[in-house]
Amino acid sequence: MIVTRKKETEVILGMLKGYKSVFLIGCAQCATMCKTGGEQQLCDMQALLEAEGKVATGKAILDPACHLVKVKQFAYQNKDAIKGADAILALTCGDGVQAIKDGIMGKTVLPALDTLFLGEFERGGHFSQKCVLCGECIIDKTDAICPITMCAKGLLNGPCGGSKNKKCEVDREKDCAWILIYERLKVLRKLENMEKIACPRDYSLQSRPQKVIV
Amino acid sequence: MGLREAIKAKKFIVTSETAPPKGTDIFRMVEDARPLAGKVDAVNVTDLQSAVMRLGSLAGCYMLKQAGIDPIFQLTCRDRNRLALSSDLLSASALGIGNVLILTGDHPASGDHPGAKPVFDLDAVQLLNVARGLCQGRDMSGNKLNGKPDFCLGAVVNPCAEPIEPELIKMRKKIDSGAQFFQTQAVFDVERFGLFMDKVSKYNVPVIAGIVLLKSAKMALYMNDNVAGIYVPKALIERIDTAADKQKESVGIACGLIGRLKNICDGVHIMPIGWERLVPDIVDRAGI
Ligand code: SF4
Ligand code: SF4
Repeated sequence: MIVTRKKETEVILGMLKGYKSVFLIGCAQCATMCKTGGEQQLCDMQALLEAEGKVATGKAILDPACHLVKVKQFAYQNKDAIKGADAILALTCGDGVQAIKDGIMGKTVLPALDTLFLGEFERGGHFSQKCVLCGECIIDKTDAICPITMCAKGLLNGPCGGSKNKKCEVDREKDCAWILIYERLKVLRKLENMEKIACPRDYSLQSRPQKVIV
Repeated sequence: MGLREAIKAKKFIVTSETAPPKGTDIFRMVEDARPLAGKVDAVNVTDLQSAVMRLGSLAGCYMLKQAGIDPIFQLTCRDRNRLALSSDLLSASALGIGNVLILTGDHPASGDHPGAKPVFDLDAVQLLNVARGLCQGRDMSGNKLNGKPDFCLGAVVNPCAEPIEPELIKMRKKIDSGAQFFQTQAVFDVERFGLFMDKVSKYNVPVIAGIVLLKSAKMALYMNDNVAGIYVPKALIERIDTAADKQKESVGIACGLIGRLKNICDGVHIMPIGWERLVPDIVDRAGI
């Protein structure tokens, strides 16, 4: 899932300066899980905006907001409420903001959230990043621990020499990914995976923007 | 003797280190290094050490060379992608710099520009392979070079890393990728270092032990708490703490360590961290 965090209130109000009426859109999937774009957050946002003297012309939660066809259907069904708003405030990930822009033509869409990472839902309110979408998954060699993501330097051939007490040089609170990988491979008797030299990555796989058609 | 010759002659190698200035005034660095000419085989020039922005290693190496010192060009993976790294290697060769020490590099988060984008396009093993390829006349994409470098390539190892096995695995990969010598993290605990040497002497690659000049008990405690693989024994901490003349005691400690290391490794790399002027005296007194 995509992990998001609400922008500072002042930042949101800053970007809404000059817009009197606002339509609010949340997302039933990731942003609801993150407690950033669900029912409660939309109500809170509405109250906040009204306290600032703005008018909320309506609010809706798309399921999900990153689905262009659904956004278009929604736009068609809610023409009037949307039309009456100076701007749309999206409580969704960055992709949701842009799908809303693509699906609801001619309206300014503003992001209320910062989009952080693709993350794992550990338990209520706890999310952690495990994959940076590198384009070519290599974790068959590291027993499903991703060094590109979990090692602060994204190294592929073993530890940088800076880890202390098995913690990372960059953040002594976090485990050194390469020591984790080493310990896993050792238990599994697959240390030969680590002995092999990993070639440089092909960063053209991450060229932007990408498009997939299946 | 230059580094390459020293390795070839199997003599006890002595290297030291200097850091370029934060600014353009490079003359003080050269003046500080000048007394090292003839005393050590080569001098490393650090590459934005601790991720602190400063004058570059390449320019520093060139200036040392002009002063008659064999430089070791330190090159980290932190700041440049494969194009820039390969290009800097060619530039070094064109400037007559023959030794390169390849390192991962500290993360920008620990330096003075913490918001910088960390690059790490290649890691140290991969960069060694690239450098070796350039020496064979090919770039990473297999294109033929018009004139090729001839480097003596080195790498680093942390002999007291814990656990040590992943460090050894990486060391073997560095050797397979063309590392012809290793410089190590600072050694204070000779016995532990000896255990490491027992494991790696069969690799048949020169290991040059790091000697950091111990300036104070505070510095020792800081390193023990924060720097990976450094263990300053209590006795040494007390020794420097109670010394009336800290510089003299520091030289004494370094000479003592070198004396014990002489028989177990292939050389020493003296890192003076600002006390460059003491290095010639250490070399003389340690009889190396
Ligand atoms: S290697 Fe890591 S970053 Fe790449 S796809 Fe696999 S888990 Fe994601
Ligand atoms: S300490 Fe470990 S996780 Fe951190 S940068 Fe070094 S190798 Fe990567």
